[in-house]
Amino acid sequence: MILDRPYEEKTARYKKIERKEKLIKILLSMFAGVSVLTTIGIIGVLLSESIGFFKEVSIVEFLTGTEWTALFSNPKFGVLPLVAGTLVVTVIGCIIAIPLGLGSAIYLSEYASKRTRKILKPTLEILAGIPTIVYGYFALTVLSPVIRTVFPSSSVFNALSGGIAVGIMILPMISSLSEDAMRAVPESLREGAYALGCTKLEVATKVVVPAALSSIISSFILGISRAIGETMIVALAAGSTPNMTLNPLESVQTMTAFIAQVASGDVSHGGLIYKTIFAVGLLLFCITLGLNVLSRYIVKKYKEEY
Amino acid sequence: MSNIRSRRIKNNVFHGVVLASALLGVVVLAVLLFDIFSSGLSWLNAEFFTNYTSRIASRAGIRAPLMGSIWIIAITAVIAVPIGIGTAIYLEEYTGQSKLRNFIQLNISNLAGVPSIVYGILGLGVFVVFLGLGRSIISGSLTLALLILPVIIVSSQEAIKSVPKDLKEAGYALGLSKWQVITGVILPYSIPSIMTGNILAVSRALGETAPLLMVGAVSFIAFSPTGIMDSFSILPMQIYNWTARPQEEFHDLAAAAIIVLLVILFITNGIAIYVRNKYEDRLKG
Repeated sequence: MILDRPYEEKTARYKKIERKEKLIKILLSMFAGVSVLTTIGIIGVLLSESIGFFKEVSIVEFLTGTEWTALFSNPKFGVLPLVAGTLVVTVIGCIIAIPLGLGSAIYLSEYASKRTRKILKPTLEILAGIPTIVYGYFALTVLSPVIRTVFPSSSVFNALSGGIAVGIMILPMISSLSEDAMRAVPESLREGAYALGCTKLEVATKVVVPAALSSIISSFILGISRAIGETMIVALAAGSTPNMTLNPLESVQTMTAFIAQVASGDVSHGGLIYKTIFAVGLLLFCITLGLNVLSRYIVKKYKEEY
Repeated sequence: MSNIRSRRIKNNVFHGVVLASALLGVVVLAVLLFDIFSSGLSWLNAEFFTNYTSRIASRAGIRAPLMGSIWIIAITAVIAVPIGIGTAIYLEEYTGQSKLRNFIQLNISNLAGVPSIVYGILGLGVFVVFLGLGRSIISGSLTLALLILPVIIVSSQEAIKSVPKDLKEAGYALGLSKWQVITGVILPYSIPSIMTGNILAVSRALGETAPLLMVGAVSFIAFSPTGIMDSFSILPMQIYNWTARPQEEFHDLAAAAIIVLLVILFITNGIAIYVRNKYEDRLKG
Protein backbone atom coordinates (compact mmCIF):
# COMPACT_ATOMS: atom_id res chain seq x y z
CA MET A 1 0.00 0.00 0.00
CA ILE A 2 2.72 2.41 0.91
CA LEU A 3 4.53 1.55 -2.29
CA ASP A 4 1.44 2.37 -4.32
CA ARG A 5 1.07 5.88 -3.07
CA PRO A 6 3.85 7.60 -5.06
CA TYR A 7 2.56 5.88 -8.18
CA GLU A 8 -0.94 7.20 -7.61
CA GLU A 9 0.40 10.68 -7.02
CA LYS A 10 2.28 10.49 -10.25
CA THR A 11 -0.75 9.51 -12.27
CA ALA A 12 -2.70 12.37 -10.80
CA ARG A 13 0.07 14.76 -11.74
CA TYR A 14 0.33 13.13 -15.12
CA LYS A 15 -3.36 13.57 -15.75
CA LYS A 16 -3.09 17.22 -14.81
CA ILE A 17 -0.23 17.75 -17.25
CA GLU A 18 -2.12 15.90 -19.96
CA ARG A 19 -5.18 18.07 -19.45
CA LYS A 20 -3.06 21.19 -19.64
CA GLU A 21 -1.34 19.95 -22.80
CA LYS A 22 -4.69 19.32 -24.45
CA LEU A 23 -5.97 22.76 -23.51
CA ILE A 24 -2.84 24.38 -24.94
CA LYS A 25 -3.18 22.48 -28.17
CA ILE A 26 -6.78 23.60 -28.53
CA LEU A 27 -5.83 27.21 -27.79
CA LEU A 28 -3.01 27.16 -30.35
CA SER A 29 -5.23 25.59 -32.99
CA MET A 30 -7.69 28.43 -32.40
CA PHE A 31 -4.90 30.92 -33.08
CA ALA A 32 -4.14 29.09 -36.33
CA GLY A 33 -7.85 29.24 -37.10
CA VAL A 34 -7.71 33.04 -37.14
CA SER A 35 -5.95 33.08 -40.50
CA VAL A 36 -8.42 30.60 -41.95
CA LEU A 37 -11.24 32.77 -40.61
CA THR A 38 -9.61 35.81 -42.24
CA THR A 39 -9.82 34.17 -45.64
CA ILE A 40 -13.42 33.16 -45.03
CA GLY A 41 -14.14 36.69 -43.82
CA ILE A 42 -12.61 38.33 -46.90
CA ILE A 43 -14.46 36.08 -49.34
CA GLY A 44 -17.68 36.22 -47.34
CA VAL A 45 -17.76 40.01 -47.03
CA LEU A 46 -16.81 40.58 -50.67
CA LEU A 47 -19.37 38.08 -51.97
CA SER A 48 -22.31 39.00 -49.75
CA GLU A 49 -22.16 42.74 -50.47
CA SER A 50 -21.35 42.15 -54.15
CA ILE A 51 -24.43 39.97 -54.53
CA GLY A 52 -26.47 42.94 -53.31
CA PHE A 53 -24.72 45.10 -55.87
CA PHE A 54 -25.29 42.69 -58.73
CA LYS A 55 -29.00 42.55 -57.91
CA GLU A 56 -29.17 46.20 -58.96
CA VAL A 57 -26.51 46.23 -61.69
CA SER A 58 -26.15 43.29 -64.05
CA ILE A 59 -22.78 41.50 -64.04
CA VAL A 60 -22.55 41.85 -67.82
CA GLU A 61 -23.02 45.60 -67.63
CA PHE A 62 -20.43 45.78 -64.83
CA LEU A 63 -17.78 43.78 -66.67
CA THR A 64 -18.29 45.14 -70.20
CA GLY A 65 -19.52 48.72 -69.67
CA THR A 66 -17.16 51.48 -70.77
CA GLU A 67 -18.56 54.24 -68.58
CA TRP A 68 -17.97 54.55 -64.84
CA THR A 69 -19.92 57.36 -63.26
CA ALA A 70 -20.67 55.76 -59.91
CA LEU A 71 -20.65 59.02 -57.96
CA PHE A 72 -22.91 60.95 -60.35
CA SER A 73 -26.67 61.37 -59.97
CA ASN A 74 -27.38 59.09 -62.92
CA PRO A 75 -24.71 56.46 -62.27
CA LYS A 76 -23.31 54.02 -64.80
CA PHE A 77 -21.32 51.05 -63.57
CA GLY A 78 -19.06 49.82 -66.36
CA VAL A 79 -15.82 48.84 -64.67
CA LEU A 80 -13.60 48.86 -67.78
CA PRO A 81 -12.34 52.46 -67.34
CA LEU A 82 -11.06 51.51 -63.88
CA VAL A 83 -9.49 48.37 -65.32
CA ALA A 84 -7.88 50.44 -68.09
CA GLY A 85 -6.48 52.88 -65.52
CA THR A 86 -5.07 50.02 -63.47
CA LEU A 87 -3.62 48.46 -66.61
CA VAL A 88 -1.81 51.62 -67.75
CA VAL A 89 -0.27 52.19 -64.33
CA THR A 90 0.74 48.54 -63.98
CA VAL A 91 2.28 48.34 -67.47
CA ILE A 92 4.34 51.50 -66.86
CA GLY A 93 5.40 50.12 -63.50
CA CYS A 94 6.53 46.87 -65.15
CA ILE A 95 8.41 48.66 -67.94
CA ILE A 96 10.41 50.37 -65.18
CA ALA A 97 10.72 47.58 -62.63
CA ILE A 98 11.22 44.40 -64.67
CA PRO A 99 14.34 45.35 -66.69
CA LEU A 100 15.87 47.34 -63.85
CA GLY A 101 15.01 44.70 -61.26
CA LEU A 102 16.42 41.90 -63.38
CA GLY A 103 19.48 43.99 -64.25
CA SER A 104 20.29 44.79 -60.65
CA ALA A 105 19.66 41.18 -59.65
CA ILE A 106 22.17 40.03 -62.30
CA TYR A 107 24.65 42.62 -61.11
CA LEU A 108 24.29 41.67 -57.44
CA SER A 109 24.40 37.94 -58.09
CA GLU A 110 27.02 37.70 -60.88
CA TYR A 111 29.15 40.83 -61.12
CA ALA A 112 29.30 42.56 -57.75
CA SER A 113 32.21 42.01 -55.41
CA LYS A 114 31.35 41.03 -51.85
CA ARG A 115 32.02 44.56 -50.65
CA THR A 116 29.81 46.31 -53.23
CA ARG A 117 27.08 43.80 -52.54
CA LYS A 118 27.28 44.56 -48.84
CA ILE A 119 26.56 48.22 -49.54
CA LEU A 120 24.04 47.88 -52.40
CA LYS A 121 21.80 45.24 -50.91
CA PRO A 122 20.88 47.10 -47.71
CA THR A 123 20.16 50.20 -49.80
CA LEU A 124 17.63 48.26 -51.86
CA GLU A 125 16.20 46.91 -48.60
CA ILE A 126 15.71 50.46 -47.33
CA LEU A 127 13.95 51.30 -50.58
CA ALA A 128 11.68 48.30 -50.03
CA GLY A 129 10.85 49.45 -46.51
CA ILE A 130 9.72 52.96 -47.42
CA PRO A 131 5.94 53.32 -46.95
CA THR A 132 4.02 53.63 -50.20
CA ILE A 133 2.49 56.95 -49.13
CA VAL A 134 6.03 58.40 -49.37
CA TYR A 135 6.27 57.21 -52.98
CA GLY A 136 2.92 58.88 -53.59
CA TYR A 137 4.32 62.16 -52.26
CA PHE A 138 7.39 61.66 -54.45
CA ALA A 139 5.26 61.01 -57.55
CA LEU A 140 3.14 64.09 -57.07
CA THR A 141 5.75 66.62 -55.97
CA VAL A 142 8.86 65.45 -57.87
CA LEU A 143 7.93 63.21 -60.82
CA SER A 144 4.80 65.03 -61.95
CA PRO A 145 6.45 68.48 -62.41
CA VAL A 146 9.27 66.83 -64.39
CA ILE A 147 6.78 65.02 -66.61
CA ARG A 148 4.87 68.26 -67.17
CA THR A 149 8.04 70.00 -68.30
CA VAL A 150 8.83 67.23 -70.78
CA PHE A 151 5.24 66.74 -71.96
CA PRO A 152 3.44 70.08 -71.49
CA SER A 153 0.16 68.49 -72.58
CA SER A 154 -0.06 66.14 -69.60
CA SER A 155 -2.39 66.69 -66.68
CA VAL A 156 -1.19 67.41 -63.13
CA PHE A 157 -2.45 63.98 -62.15
CA ASN A 158 -1.34 61.45 -64.73
CA ALA A 159 -0.90 57.74 -65.06
CA LEU A 160 2.77 58.13 -65.99
CA SER A 161 3.95 59.62 -62.70
CA GLY A 162 1.89 57.10 -60.74
CA GLY A 163 3.20 54.25 -62.90
CA ILE A 164 6.85 55.27 -62.49
CA ALA A 165 6.44 55.51 -58.71
CA VAL A 166 4.73 52.10 -58.63
CA GLY A 167 7.64 50.75 -60.68
CA ILE A 168 10.16 52.13 -58.18
CA MET A 169 8.12 50.59 -55.36
CA ILE A 170 8.10 47.05 -56.79
CA LEU A 171 11.69 47.22 -58.08
CA PRO A 172 13.39 46.10 -54.82
CA MET A 173 11.00 43.19 -54.48
CA ILE A 174 11.62 41.91 -58.02
CA SER A 175 15.35 42.47 -57.63
CA SER A 176 15.70 40.62 -54.34
CA LEU A 177 13.47 37.67 -55.31
CA SER A 178 15.28 37.26 -58.66
CA GLU A 179 18.65 37.55 -56.99
CA ASP A 180 17.74 34.84 -54.48
CA ALA A 181 16.76 32.59 -57.39
CA MET A 182 20.05 33.24 -59.24
CA ARG A 183 22.17 32.66 -56.18
CA ALA A 184 20.44 29.31 -55.72
CA VAL A 185 21.86 28.15 -59.08
CA PRO A 186 24.71 25.75 -58.23
CA GLU A 187 28.24 27.10 -58.62
CA SER A 188 29.24 24.02 -60.67
CA LEU A 189 27.05 25.14 -63.58
CA ARG A 190 28.82 28.51 -63.69
CA GLU A 191 32.24 26.94 -63.42
CA GLY A 192 31.44 24.54 -66.24
CA ALA A 193 30.58 27.45 -68.49
CA TYR A 194 33.68 29.42 -67.48
CA ALA A 195 35.79 26.35 -68.21
CA LEU A 196 34.38 26.39 -71.74
CA GLY A 197 35.65 29.96 -72.11
CA CYS A 198 32.40 31.86 -71.57
CA THR A 199 32.41 35.51 -70.57
CA LYS A 200 30.42 36.67 -67.55
CA LEU A 201 27.74 37.99 -69.88
CA GLU A 202 27.34 34.56 -71.45
CA VAL A 203 27.34 32.79 -68.10
CA ALA A 204 24.69 35.19 -66.77
CA THR A 205 22.36 35.19 -69.76
CA LYS A 206 22.84 31.65 -71.10
CA VAL A 207 23.33 29.65 -67.91
CA VAL A 208 22.22 31.40 -64.73
CA VAL A 209 19.09 33.23 -65.93
CA PRO A 210 17.69 30.21 -67.84
CA ALA A 211 18.37 27.97 -64.85
CA ALA A 212 16.53 30.32 -62.50
CA LEU A 213 13.88 31.37 -65.02
CA SER A 214 10.82 29.92 -63.28
CA SER A 215 11.52 31.78 -60.03
CA ILE A 216 12.45 34.95 -61.92
CA ILE A 217 9.17 34.93 -63.84
CA SER A 218 7.24 34.23 -60.66
CA SER A 219 8.91 37.28 -59.09
CA PHE A 220 7.69 39.37 -62.05
CA ILE A 221 4.16 38.09 -61.55
CA LEU A 222 4.26 38.84 -57.82
CA GLY A 223 5.47 42.34 -58.69
CA ILE A 224 2.58 42.81 -61.14
CA SER A 225 0.14 41.63 -58.50
CA ARG A 226 1.60 44.11 -56.00
CA ALA A 227 1.37 46.91 -58.57
CA ILE A 228 -2.30 46.18 -59.27
CA GLY A 229 -3.15 46.28 -55.57
CA GLU A 230 -1.19 49.44 -54.76
CA THR A 231 -3.46 52.20 -53.54
CA MET A 232 -1.86 55.30 -52.02
CA ILE A 233 0.53 56.11 -54.90
CA VAL A 234 -2.22 56.05 -57.50
CA ALA A 235 -4.75 57.77 -55.25
CA LEU A 236 -2.34 60.70 -54.91
CA ALA A 237 -0.65 60.85 -58.29
CA ALA A 238 -2.73 59.17 -61.00
CA GLY A 239 -5.89 61.16 -60.45
CA SER A 240 -9.55 60.41 -59.83
CA THR A 241 -11.07 60.54 -63.31
CA PRO A 242 -12.36 57.18 -64.52
CA ASN A 243 -11.05 57.37 -68.04
CA MET A 244 -11.38 54.83 -70.85
CA THR A 245 -7.90 55.56 -72.14
CA LEU A 246 -4.49 54.00 -72.47
CA ASN A 247 -2.76 57.39 -72.75
CA PRO A 248 -0.32 57.64 -69.83
CA LEU A 249 -0.34 61.44 -69.84
CA GLU A 250 -4.02 61.66 -68.94
CA SER A 251 -5.57 61.55 -65.53
CA VAL A 252 -7.03 58.10 -64.82
CA GLN A 253 -8.55 56.24 -61.90
CA THR A 254 -7.52 52.76 -60.87
CA MET A 255 -9.74 50.22 -59.11
CA THR A 256 -7.91 50.79 -55.83
CA ALA A 257 -8.07 54.57 -56.15
CA PHE A 258 -11.81 54.39 -56.67
CA ILE A 259 -12.27 52.27 -53.54
CA ALA A 260 -10.15 54.74 -51.56
CA GLN A 261 -12.07 57.72 -52.95
CA VAL A 262 -15.45 56.29 -51.97
CA ALA A 263 -14.22 55.26 -48.53
CA SER A 264 -12.80 58.66 -47.69
CA GLY A 265 -16.11 60.33 -48.48
CA ASP A 266 -19.24 59.95 -46.38
CA VAL A 267 -21.12 56.93 -47.65
CA SER A 268 -24.23 55.53 -46.04
CA HIS A 269 -23.98 51.84 -45.26
CA GLY A 270 -26.17 49.67 -47.38
CA GLY A 271 -26.45 52.19 -50.22
CA LEU A 272 -25.51 51.28 -53.77
CA ILE A 273 -22.29 53.34 -53.60
CA TYR A 274 -21.26 51.46 -50.45
CA LYS A 275 -21.79 48.18 -52.29
CA THR A 276 -19.67 49.24 -55.28
CA ILE A 277 -16.63 49.17 -52.94
CA PHE A 278 -17.19 45.46 -52.46
CA ALA A 279 -17.90 44.70 -56.13
CA VAL A 280 -14.72 46.45 -57.29
CA GLY A 281 -12.86 44.89 -54.34
CA LEU A 282 -14.04 41.44 -55.38
CA LEU A 283 -12.71 41.98 -58.90
CA LEU A 284 -9.38 43.23 -57.48
CA PHE A 285 -9.18 40.27 -55.11
CA CYS A 286 -9.87 37.75 -57.92
CA ILE A 287 -7.20 39.29 -60.19
CA THR A 288 -4.46 39.40 -57.54
CA LEU A 289 -5.32 35.95 -56.17
CA GLY A 290 -5.21 34.54 -59.72
CA LEU A 291 -1.76 36.08 -60.28
CA ASN A 292 -0.43 34.77 -56.95
CA VAL A 293 -1.68 31.26 -57.67
CA LEU A 294 -0.16 31.47 -61.18
CA SER A 295 3.22 32.52 -59.80
CA ARG A 296 3.27 29.60 -57.37
CA TYR A 297 2.19 27.23 -60.13
CA ILE A 298 5.04 28.35 -62.41
CA VAL A 299 7.65 27.76 -59.72
CA LYS A 300 6.21 24.36 -58.87
CA LYS A 301 5.79 23.19 -62.45
CA TYR A 302 8.92 24.52 -64.15
CA LYS A 303 11.43 24.54 -61.33
CA GLU A 304 14.72 23.00 -62.49
CA GLU A 305 16.14 20.57 -59.96
CA TYR A 306 19.84 19.94 -59.67
CA MET B 1 40.51 36.58 -82.36
CA SER B 2 38.26 39.55 -83.06
CA ASN B 3 35.48 37.25 -81.91
CA ILE B 4 36.96 37.18 -78.41
CA ARG B 5 37.45 40.92 -78.46
CA SER B 6 33.85 41.60 -79.41
CA ARG B 7 32.63 39.17 -76.76
CA ARG B 8 34.74 40.97 -74.18
CA ILE B 9 33.42 44.34 -75.27
CA LYS B 10 29.84 43.05 -75.09
CA ASN B 11 30.56 41.76 -71.59
CA ASN B 12 31.95 45.11 -70.49
CA VAL B 13 28.97 46.97 -71.91
CA PHE B 14 26.61 44.57 -70.16
CA HIS B 15 28.54 45.01 -66.92
CA GLY B 16 27.97 48.75 -67.21
CA VAL B 17 24.26 48.30 -67.93
CA VAL B 18 23.54 46.03 -64.95
CA LEU B 19 25.69 48.18 -62.67
CA ALA B 20 23.69 51.21 -63.75
CA SER B 21 20.39 49.48 -63.03
CA ALA B 22 21.61 48.46 -59.58
CA LEU B 23 22.84 51.98 -58.87
CA LEU B 24 19.56 53.51 -60.01
CA GLY B 25 17.91 52.31 -56.80
CA VAL B 26 20.57 54.14 -54.79
CA VAL B 27 20.12 57.29 -56.88
CA VAL B 28 16.34 57.23 -56.45
CA LEU B 29 16.71 56.77 -52.70
CA ALA B 30 19.15 59.67 -52.54
CA VAL B 31 16.89 61.99 -54.58
CA LEU B 32 13.86 60.96 -52.51
CA LEU B 33 15.57 61.61 -49.18
CA PHE B 34 17.18 64.83 -50.38
CA ASP B 35 13.86 66.18 -51.63
CA ILE B 36 12.02 65.26 -48.43
CA PHE B 37 14.67 66.64 -46.07
CA SER B 38 15.19 69.85 -48.03
CA SER B 39 11.46 70.67 -48.06
CA GLY B 40 10.51 69.35 -44.64
CA LEU B 41 13.40 69.93 -42.27
CA SER B 42 12.75 73.64 -41.66
CA TRP B 43 9.19 72.87 -40.51
CA LEU B 44 10.33 70.54 -37.75
CA ASN B 45 10.11 72.34 -34.44
CA ALA B 46 8.53 71.70 -31.05
CA GLU B 47 5.20 73.19 -32.11
CA PHE B 48 4.99 70.79 -35.04
CA PHE B 49 4.77 67.97 -32.51
CA THR B 50 2.45 69.67 -30.00
CA ASN B 51 -0.02 71.44 -32.32
CA TYR B 52 -3.11 69.89 -33.80
CA THR B 53 -3.64 70.16 -37.51
CA SER B 54 -4.90 73.47 -38.86
CA ARG B 55 -6.11 75.09 -42.03
CA ILE B 56 -3.24 77.53 -41.63
CA ALA B 57 -0.02 75.77 -42.55
CA SER B 58 2.21 77.62 -40.09
CA ARG B 59 0.03 76.53 -37.13
CA ALA B 60 -0.45 72.92 -38.20
CA GLY B 61 1.11 70.06 -36.27
CA ILE B 62 0.99 66.31 -35.99
CA ARG B 63 -0.05 65.80 -32.36
CA ALA B 64 -3.26 63.88 -33.10
CA PRO B 65 -1.94 61.64 -35.90
CA LEU B 66 1.26 60.88 -33.98
CA MET B 67 -0.71 59.82 -30.91
CA GLY B 68 -3.12 57.92 -33.17
CA SER B 69 -0.28 56.02 -34.82
CA ILE B 70 1.16 55.07 -31.41
CA TRP B 71 -2.23 53.81 -30.19
CA ILE B 72 -2.91 51.88 -33.39
CA ILE B 73 0.51 50.24 -33.47
CA ALA B 74 0.50 49.30 -29.79
CA ILE B 75 -2.89 47.61 -29.98
CA THR B 76 -2.09 45.98 -33.32
CA ALA B 77 1.03 44.46 -31.77
CA VAL B 78 -0.87 43.24 -28.69
CA ILE B 79 -3.36 41.44 -30.94
CA ALA B 80 -1.13 40.18 -33.74
CA VAL B 81 2.05 39.06 -31.94
CA PRO B 82 0.56 36.37 -29.63
CA ILE B 83 -1.75 35.02 -32.35
CA GLY B 84 1.08 34.98 -34.89
CA ILE B 85 3.60 33.26 -32.64
CA GLY B 86 0.91 30.83 -31.42
CA THR B 87 0.02 29.90 -35.00
CA ALA B 88 3.70 29.41 -35.86
CA ILE B 89 4.19 27.10 -32.85
CA TYR B 90 1.06 25.17 -33.76
CA LEU B 91 2.17 24.68 -37.37
CA GLU B 92 5.76 23.75 -36.54
CA GLU B 93 5.27 21.60 -33.43
CA TYR B 94 1.75 20.18 -33.48
CA THR B 95 0.66 19.44 -37.04
CA GLY B 96 3.59 17.46 -38.45
CA GLN B 97 3.41 17.13 -42.23
CA SER B 98 -0.34 16.65 -42.31
CA LYS B 99 -2.92 17.85 -44.83
CA LEU B 100 -4.19 20.29 -42.20
CA ARG B 101 -0.77 21.94 -42.08
CA ASN B 102 -0.58 22.19 -45.88
CA PHE B 103 -4.04 23.71 -45.97
CA ILE B 104 -3.27 26.36 -43.34
CA GLN B 105 0.11 27.09 -44.92
CA LEU B 106 -1.40 27.57 -48.39
CA ASN B 107 -4.05 29.77 -46.84
CA ILE B 108 -1.40 31.94 -45.16
CA SER B 109 0.65 32.36 -48.33
CA ASN B 110 -2.49 33.39 -50.21
CA LEU B 111 -3.32 35.92 -47.49
CA ALA B 112 0.19 37.37 -47.78
CA GLY B 113 -0.57 38.30 -51.41
CA VAL B 114 -3.92 40.00 -50.77
CA PRO B 115 -3.67 43.77 -51.43
CA SER B 116 -3.78 45.82 -48.24
CA ILE B 117 -6.84 47.74 -49.38
CA VAL B 118 -8.80 44.47 -49.47
CA TYR B 119 -8.01 44.07 -45.76
CA GLY B 120 -9.45 47.55 -45.41
CA ILE B 121 -12.64 46.39 -47.11
CA LEU B 122 -12.74 43.41 -44.74
CA GLY B 123 -12.31 45.74 -41.76
CA LEU B 124 -15.03 48.05 -43.03
CA GLY B 125 -17.47 45.20 -43.65
CA VAL B 126 -16.77 43.15 -40.52
CA PHE B 127 -15.42 45.37 -37.73
CA VAL B 128 -16.90 48.77 -38.54
CA VAL B 129 -20.34 47.74 -39.79
CA PHE B 130 -21.13 44.11 -38.90
CA LEU B 131 -19.68 44.08 -35.37
CA GLY B 132 -20.64 47.71 -34.91
CA LEU B 133 -17.25 48.82 -33.60
CA GLY B 134 -17.48 51.97 -35.72
CA ARG B 135 -14.64 54.01 -37.12
CA SER B 136 -12.53 53.48 -34.02
CA ILE B 137 -8.99 52.61 -32.99
CA ILE B 138 -10.01 49.03 -32.23
CA SER B 139 -11.43 48.55 -35.75
CA GLY B 140 -8.22 49.91 -37.25
CA SER B 141 -5.97 47.80 -35.04
CA LEU B 142 -7.91 44.59 -35.69
CA THR B 143 -7.69 45.25 -39.44
CA LEU B 144 -3.94 45.92 -39.33
CA ALA B 145 -3.39 42.89 -37.09
CA LEU B 146 -4.97 40.62 -39.70
CA LEU B 147 -2.87 42.32 -42.40
CA ILE B 148 0.48 41.69 -40.71
CA LEU B 149 -0.42 38.25 -39.34
CA PRO B 150 0.91 36.27 -42.35
CA VAL B 151 4.27 38.05 -42.12
CA ILE B 152 4.51 37.42 -38.37
CA ILE B 153 3.56 33.76 -38.75
CA VAL B 154 6.05 33.03 -41.56
CA SER B 155 8.99 34.79 -39.89
CA SER B 156 8.23 33.13 -36.53
CA GLN B 157 8.06 29.76 -38.27
CA GLU B 158 11.51 30.33 -39.78
CA ALA B 159 12.84 31.15 -36.30
CA ILE B 160 11.29 28.04 -34.74
CA LYS B 161 12.58 25.84 -37.58
CA SER B 162 16.12 26.99 -36.82
CA VAL B 163 16.09 25.37 -33.36
CA PRO B 164 18.44 22.33 -33.52
CA LYS B 165 16.60 19.04 -33.38
CA ASP B 166 18.94 17.51 -30.81
CA LEU B 167 18.09 20.22 -28.27
CA LYS B 168 14.40 19.40 -28.59
CA GLU B 169 15.05 15.67 -28.38
CA ALA B 170 17.22 16.13 -25.32
CA GLY B 171 14.24 17.86 -23.73
CA TYR B 172 11.90 15.01 -24.56
CA ALA B 173 14.49 12.46 -23.37
CA LEU B 174 14.42 14.17 -19.97
CA GLY B 175 10.71 13.48 -19.86
CA LEU B 176 9.46 16.98 -20.59
CA SER B 177 6.00 17.43 -22.03
CA LYS B 178 5.52 19.14 -25.37
CA TRP B 179 4.58 22.48 -23.84
CA GLN B 180 7.57 22.27 -21.48
CA VAL B 181 9.86 21.71 -24.46
CA ILE B 182 8.27 24.67 -26.24
CA THR B 183 8.56 27.07 -23.30
CA GLY B 184 11.83 25.67 -21.93
CA VAL B 185 13.82 24.91 -25.08
CA ILE B 186 12.30 26.19 -28.32
CA LEU B 187 11.19 29.68 -27.30
CA PRO B 188 14.29 30.65 -25.30
CA TYR B 189 16.44 29.61 -28.26
CA SER B 190 14.40 31.28 -30.97
CA ILE B 191 12.90 34.32 -29.23
CA PRO B 192 15.54 36.80 -30.53
CA SER B 193 14.85 36.03 -34.17
CA ILE B 194 11.11 35.79 -33.49
CA MET B 195 11.28 39.28 -31.98
CA THR B 196 13.29 40.61 -34.92
CA GLY B 197 10.68 39.39 -37.40
CA ASN B 198 7.84 40.67 -35.24
CA ILE B 199 9.30 44.14 -34.80
CA LEU B 200 9.86 44.41 -38.56
CA ALA B 201 6.29 43.30 -39.29
CA VAL B 202 4.75 45.67 -36.75
CA SER B 203 6.84 48.59 -37.95
CA ARG B 204 5.67 47.92 -41.49
CA ALA B 205 2.13 48.40 -40.24
CA LEU B 206 3.16 51.89 -39.13
CA GLY B 207 3.38 53.04 -42.75
CA GLU B 208 0.17 51.37 -43.95
CA THR B 209 -2.41 53.87 -45.13
CA ALA B 210 -4.93 52.22 -47.42
CA PRO B 211 -6.52 49.78 -44.94
CA LEU B 212 -6.98 52.48 -42.31
CA LEU B 213 -8.40 54.85 -44.88
CA MET B 214 -11.10 52.22 -45.39
CA VAL B 215 -11.94 51.78 -41.71
CA GLY B 216 -12.13 55.51 -41.22
CA ALA B 217 -8.90 57.15 -40.21
CA VAL B 218 -9.69 60.82 -40.65
CA SER B 219 -7.23 63.56 -41.34
CA PHE B 220 -8.80 66.49 -39.54
CA ILE B 221 -8.99 65.66 -35.89
CA ALA B 222 -8.33 68.05 -33.05
CA PHE B 223 -7.98 65.75 -30.06
CA SER B 224 -5.72 62.90 -29.05
CA PRO B 225 -7.41 59.54 -28.57
CA THR B 226 -7.98 58.42 -24.97
CA GLY B 227 -9.50 54.97 -25.51
CA ILE B 228 -9.88 52.20 -28.04
CA MET B 229 -13.34 53.29 -29.13
CA ASP B 230 -12.20 56.81 -30.08
CA SER B 231 -11.94 57.94 -33.65
CA PHE B 232 -8.40 58.53 -34.79
CA SER B 233 -5.94 59.81 -37.34
CA ILE B 234 -2.55 58.35 -38.20
CA LEU B 235 0.66 59.86 -39.52
CA PRO B 236 0.43 58.42 -43.07
CA MET B 237 -3.16 59.65 -43.31
CA GLN B 238 -2.07 63.17 -42.38
CA ILE B 239 0.70 62.95 -44.98
CA TYR B 240 -1.88 61.86 -47.55
CA ASN B 241 -4.16 64.74 -46.74
CA TRP B 242 -1.43 67.39 -46.80
CA THR B 243 0.08 66.03 -50.02
CA ALA B 244 -3.33 66.07 -51.72
CA ARG B 245 -3.73 69.80 -51.07
CA PRO B 246 -2.69 72.14 -53.87
CA GLN B 247 -0.75 74.65 -51.72
CA GLU B 248 3.01 74.33 -51.66
CA GLU B 249 3.39 74.88 -47.89
CA PHE B 250 1.19 71.89 -47.12
CA HIS B 251 3.48 69.75 -49.29
CA ASP B 252 6.35 70.91 -47.10
CA LEU B 253 4.35 69.99 -44.00
CA ALA B 254 3.81 66.56 -45.55
CA ALA B 255 7.56 66.27 -46.07
CA ALA B 256 8.13 67.16 -42.41
CA ALA B 257 5.65 64.48 -41.32
CA ILE B 258 7.38 62.00 -43.66
CA ILE B 259 10.69 62.75 -41.91
CA VAL B 260 9.07 61.91 -38.55
CA LEU B 261 7.61 58.69 -39.98
CA LEU B 262 10.91 57.63 -41.57
CA VAL B 263 12.86 58.37 -38.37
CA ILE B 264 10.45 56.21 -36.34
CA LEU B 265 10.78 53.40 -38.91
CA PHE B 266 14.56 53.77 -38.87
CA ILE B 267 14.66 53.48 -35.08
CA THR B 268 12.36 50.44 -34.91
CA ASN B 269 14.27 48.63 -37.67
CA GLY B 270 17.50 49.52 -35.89
CA ILE B 271 16.19 47.96 -32.69
CA ALA B 272 15.22 44.81 -34.60
CA ILE B 273 18.69 44.48 -36.12
CA TYR B 274 20.31 45.22 -32.75
CA VAL B 275 18.28 42.46 -31.05
CA ARG B 276 19.21 40.00 -33.77
CA ASN B 277 22.93 40.77 -33.69
CA LYS B 278 23.17 40.84 -29.91
CA TYR B 279 21.51 37.48 -29.32
CA GLU B 280 23.07 35.82 -32.33
CA ASP B 281 26.44 36.42 -30.69
CA ARG B 282 25.20 35.12 -27.35
CA LEU B 283 23.88 31.89 -28.87
CA LYS B 284 26.99 31.33 -30.90
CA GLY B 285 29.28 32.04 -27.94
